[in-house]
Amino acid sequence: MKSKAYAAGLGVISAIGKDLAENLEALKNHQAGIGPITLFESIHKNKLPVGEVKVTNEKLASSLKLPTTLTRTALLGIHAVKEAIQSSGIPELRKWRCGIISGTTVGGMDKSEQYYETFMRNEDSAPLHQIKNHECGKITELIASHFQIQDFISTINTACSSSANSIMLGSKLIANDQLDIVIAGGTDALTRFTLNGFNSLMILDSEPCRPFDETRKGLNLGEGAGYIVLVSEKVLEQEKVRPLAIVSGYANTNDAFHQTASSPEGRGSFSAMKSALEMANLMPTDIDYINLHGTGTQNNDSSEGIAVERLFGENVPKASSTKSFTGHTLGASGGIEAVYSIASIQSKVVYPNLRFNHQMSEIKFAPLKSFQKGVEVNHVMSNSFGFGGNCSSLTFSSC
Amino acid sequence: MSVFIKGMAAISPQKTFENNSFLSEIQEFIGNQLNAVEPSYEGIIDLRAIRRMSKIIRISVAASNKALEEAGVEIPDGIITGTSYGCMADTENFLRKMIDSKEVALNPTPFIQSTHNTMSGQIALLQHCNGYNSTYTQGGFSFENCLVDASLLLADNPGWNLLVGGVDEIIEVSHKILNRFDLYRKENVSNLSLLNLPAEGTMDGEGCTYFVLSGNKQNALAEIKSIKTIYKPANASHVIESLLKFLSENNLNPTEIDVLLTGRSGDTRYDGIYEKVENIFPESSLLFFKHLSGEYPTASAFATWVGTNALEHNQTPEILARKLSGKTSIRNVLIYNNYFGVYHSLILLQK
Repeated sequence: MKSKAYAAGLGVISAIGKDLAENLEALKNHQAGIGPITLFESIHKNKLPVGEVKVTNEKLASSLKLPTTLTRTALLGIHAVKEAIQSSGIPELRKWRCGIISGTTVGGMDKSEQYYETFMRNEDSAPLHQIKNHECGKITELIASHFQIQDFISTINTACSSSANSIMLGSKLIANDQLDIVIAGGTDALTRFTLNGFNSLMILDSEPCRPFDETRKGLNLGEGAGYIVLVSEKVLEQEKVRPLAIVSGYANTNDAFHQTASSPEGRGSFSAMKSALEMANLMPTDIDYINLHGTGTQNNDSSEGIAVERLFGENVPKASSTKSFTGHTLGASGGIEAVYSIASIQSKVVYPNLRFNHQMSEIKFAPLKSFQKGVEVNHVMSNSFGFGGNCSSLTFSSC
Repeated sequence: MSVFIKGMAAISPQKTFENNSFLSEIQEFIGNQLNAVEPSYEGIIDLRAIRRMSKIIRISVAASNKALEEAGVEIPDGIITGTSYGCMADTENFLRKMIDSKEVALNPTPFIQSTHNTMSGQIALLQHCNGYNSTYTQGGFSFENCLVDASLLLADNPGWNLLVGGVDEIIEVSHKILNRFDLYRKENVSNLSLLNLPAEGTMDGEGCTYFVLSGNKQNALAEIKSIKTIYKPANASHVIESLLKFLSENNLNPTEIDVLLTGRSGDTRYDGIYEKVENIFPESSLLFFKHLSGEYPTASAFATWVGTNALEHNQTPEILARKLSGKTSIRNVLIYNNYFGVYHSLILLQK
């Protein structure tokens, strides 16, 4: 029998905090991080709210002793990985076969778009440091270099499910005894490129988003990073590390319905959730909390809600979309939400879905409205779906 | 690992798609880039759909189609694509319009098609594939990461047929920008003499290669016996040590490698390491491929196509050969590739 992967460390940075403690405090206090754009210029500045990490590149870079010219995606990623490694309590990663798998959708676009503006005026004068880390894989290279990780390196871009798939691949590599430790998750920075892209699709809400509310108008973009230190049983034993949770199930499917829209019945999301449960050997009634994908768009929440109800029937577990706090952090969302999901098991808490006031007509269940503590949480499901039909579900279980 | 190649198709700077022979007709390119020879898409892609597709999407849809057809697979059980640069034409298009129009009245289509997972997503949509779907984008390991994932999936589900490929495109702007990083030759050169006239820099390339991989060996073209990635090795001896360990893990002596296919790119900065690797195999036939494909992050997928053809046809075409051993039958093909000294990989193919 294959061994499973355990979560031994967590790291997160988002619009609601620079570390896990700050994030949990904001979740507890119903304090969203959605607000006006302050860190870059755009004509949408006072019209489209976003979930910005309230730390400038200069501050991030100086706290990490890195050049301020580095792309924000890498700075956010390195910041979160640092917390994840520290919290794992493993003093020397390099003793083990250690890999990094990171999800991102924009890569170094925050700098590339600045480069390109100059390039369009004068092709040879644009500074190369602004474009050299454009590729998604370069972000992971920068993280790997910072922490001297060399045994395995991979970047996944399956749009909004990228980092859920990173956790999946990391778990598979540990289960197959190819690696002992994997740092898995993802990072994405806010950019004009994505803001304008989602705006051109007319799926951005001009107010703070209302996931799973009948009157929802769209999503808010966010930024951040979330990583888990995944380890094998052998690492747990030898490093005397206390596991936070076990990665009990995962599944990746494709909706194959439309490039950007989900099928009305959520066939991809349904089969991802169902297969993840099967792999974990769990019944739907075993799940104590679902961290929904819940972007706040008409299409996602309807499709996901219907799929959840098809799978869980009358007994839909406690469920919420924490994107109502952080905004949609794209390639980072699966990592950030996996961190929240594991913290839910650890701290016996479940999180609210902010700004829910009107029941959706297509479904009977309602998301959680308030923070709850002292809840026995043994099994959590985390959903991540994306453009291109990509659907991934993960389950985490208490050890 | 038991990974068998059941079908494959390549769109490359050579006529590898419509012409079914193994590199019998060679294209010459003069300058510092090699561009893919696109097929006539008639009968492969719906002509209305093709108007919305950029080159990288067109070549991916066509190559994946043909690979499936060759394997006799209607709907694959999963799709995994490796691409380092992703959909650059659509990315550049949206970026340019966003800057030009000052963020006003933008058409969403190029944005939708700018994400790296567009190829895997489009193929899933067209093939009605609801199975596993992923996209790796790790520089010179983008294709290798796909193979690692595929081998894990096939270990659990040997009956599956996975569509696995590597693709990257050149666009005018990216070539201009990458030129500033001194990756390519400053002087015009012919691809046919690129490897005979070493200098700093190589030629840019592009292409798309898809394979149908399965855990079941029936009617297989070849087996992908093993794969290893070596990231940022400290020095050449680290690569050599890893290579020797890789061979012994596969119970092979260097003399048992019938064909060594290396990614020599004509760039003097990386000749040293290739030479050291090649010296371990004095008795093997030595083949090169980058003068036919150009250098790009997923060129190792094209190399895998070349190696598989060598096994399938038991042939080492003159155009690839640097040295022929005179062995009459090919059983083991080893591919060693390195992408600008950072990403080194080994792929072992077996009959």
